[in-house]
Amino acid sequence: MTQRLKLSVLRHGPLLTTITIFLLAYIIGAQLYPAMQRPQAFFNLFINNGFLLILGIGMTFVILTGGIDLSVGGVLALTTAASAALLNLGVSPLVVMPLMLVMGTTIGLGLGCLIHFFKVQPFIVTLMGLFLARGLAYIISLTSVTITDPLYKYLALTPIYLPFFAKAYIYIPTLVGPALLVVAVYLAYFTRFGRIVYAIGNNEQSAALMGFPVGRTKILVYALSGFCSALAGIVFSISLLAGYGQFATGVELDVIAAVVMGGTLLTGGVGNVIGTLFGILIEATIISILQYNGTLSSWWTRICVGVLTLIFIGIQSGFALRKKKS
Amino acid sequence: MNNRISFSRIRESRLFWVLTAWAVILGFNALFVPGFFRINVQDGHLYGNLIDVLNNGAPLMLVAIGMTLVIATGGIDLSVGAVMAISAAMGAVLINPAPGDKLVSNEILTRNATNTPLAIIVIATLAAGTLCGLWNGLLVSRAKIQPLVATLILMVAGRGIAQLISNGQIITIYYTPYFWFGNGYILGLPVSIYIVAAVAILAWVGVRKTPIGLFIEAVGLNSKATYYSGISAKNIQLLAYTFSGFCSALAGLILSSYVHSADGNNNGLNYELDAILAVVMGGTMLSGGRFSLLASVIGAIVIWTFTLSMYALGVPANALLAGRAVLVLLVILLYSDRRLIKRRGKSNPAAVQPQDEKPGLPHP
Repeated sequence: MTQRLKLSVLRHGPLLTTITIFLLAYIIGAQLYPAMQRPQAFFNLFINNGFLLILGIGMTFVILTGGIDLSVGGVLALTTAASAALLNLGVSPLVVMPLMLVMGTTIGLGLGCLIHFFKVQPFIVTLMGLFLARGLAYIISLTSVTITDPLYKYLALTPIYLPFFAKAYIYIPTLVGPALLVVAVYLAYFTRFGRIVYAIGNNEQSAALMGFPVGRTKILVYALSGFCSALAGIVFSISLLAGYGQFATGVELDVIAAVVMGGTLLTGGVGNVIGTLFGILIEATIISILQYNGTLSSWWTRICVGVLTLIFIGIQSGFALRKKKS
Repeated sequence: MNNRISFSRIRESRLFWVLTAWAVILGFNALFVPGFFRINVQDGHLYGNLIDVLNNGAPLMLVAIGMTLVIATGGIDLSVGAVMAISAAMGAVLINPAPGDKLVSNEILTRNATNTPLAIIVIATLAAGTLCGLWNGLLVSRAKIQPLVATLILMVAGRGIAQLISNGQIITIYYTPYFWFGNGYILGLPVSIYIVAAVAILAWVGVRKTPIGLFIEAVGLNSKATYYSGISAKNIQLLAYTFSGFCSALAGLILSSYVHSADGNNNGLNYELDAILAVVMGGTMLSGGRFSLLASVIGAIVIWTFTLSMYALGVPANALLAGRAVLVLLVILLYSDRRLIKRRGKSNPAAVQPQDEKPGLPHP
């Protein structure tokens, strides 16, 4: 019994650590800045970082297969720029949104095909995807384009008041991330696709020898990440009501850091999307603590994220060593 | 028969594709960009697009030299851009003639003066970058963190550190002797070219005239076998990352000297991507193993030739990103072609297997 308990603690150790650190960070923040004790401060984490959560979900799947997707920020920026340009041309948002999702999925599919059929490292292919998407966004417009579409404005500016908290509200696009998270958990744990993703990450050759459709799954994973990036782009353009090729520069690193903090191994095979949620919440908490402080400058966010990533990698390798021993 | 063999040997050579790419771009320029090859002499200095390619491309060439060695060990260094920013910030802060405790007026800041002797500035700048490289090397070789993640940490945190050093300001440099590295001339050619040549020769002598180069390739191909043959893979990795840090620091020095300022956010932006592109174009596999310093340097020159010819055509700098992406795509396709040729040429299919390695795989 104790042995089983020990094993389960070891298995979920990284995730439990992530959750504990998030709670600790939030409690410390709430002690320092009473404004963070309001429920609204908690929901703001989701409102401000919803797009990060969506990107993180796609990235988690890619990293679980042992790959990496550096193109997420580029596809996000391209989506904002393209949708702003199309909306200004008078295209209905009900056409634009599905079109953007199709575009993102297609880009992901293309990158996945390059990775699988030409056997190039995911890293260099998605780097090209990043360049290409940002470049296309700049070709669409060199400056920031404002969105004036009524539906986008409605989605951006209508708060939904939450039932159990006084005066706490979120916006409609905020719900996209958590909804996608539920779908992702289902995908990862209860479908053939999800289990094959884990199998590939653990050992691609074994997965192929077992007869799993390795190639198809890998391509689909990149397509999923492209879809998530486009979805994040739509959420991002709604929240800022603008489109620009320079949006979200360097976001790929934030996302990878969040995924790593969430306990997913970059070698693939180990990790889950729930961890990614808490990884992103930790980053969001740090950012909001720095904002509440006001005197600490923004560059501390980057240093904090870097140091935290380092600590988490240390924790991960510690748990991995223990697991091997027991 | 003999001819065909020698042709395939040329094609197998690391220099073949990168020189072909360069020739294609230069040929395009000869046809569509009038005056690209014109070189004028003014005040005893050479001016012209080709000289600009060498001068503007110098930081990238330096970074590519360091990156080649790191990639050859099977690693990757994503922090080069951030290290450039750190060393540039270091140089600018040391030059800053404003004393720390007095009221800083614009008049003091814009003085052509310095707090620190130039030699100390250069040494401190290089030391800062080398220290960053050492940190990366320790994380990879001693703490056994995957290179991708280990350098990612410094890539994220490094820009923060650079801003911490420069206190979040874009520091403009007014101290003229400092400009010599990026804008000076020796015998009509920019100083930066001599610096690149010196570092390249140093690196070449280091890797080809001593066993270090062989050890680096051995670590990249199979670090376990290297370990069993009695070579300290750890120290080889440490050396490669430290050297990469040194090269990035030098690149940061030249860049900040060229643009007369230090900006924690934008110094060396996207250099990691360009450097990897240059190295990959130069035929060094990302999985490690055999490498060629010269091919990587030419790869960097190709990137800058392409960039400057697009500028000459009036393509805006930002839109160029898409052009570079097409360049990468071409390189990728060329490489897969090369692999197919190899596969067809060999009767034993297992011989090409070891190249299908995952990026950033931790070395046991």
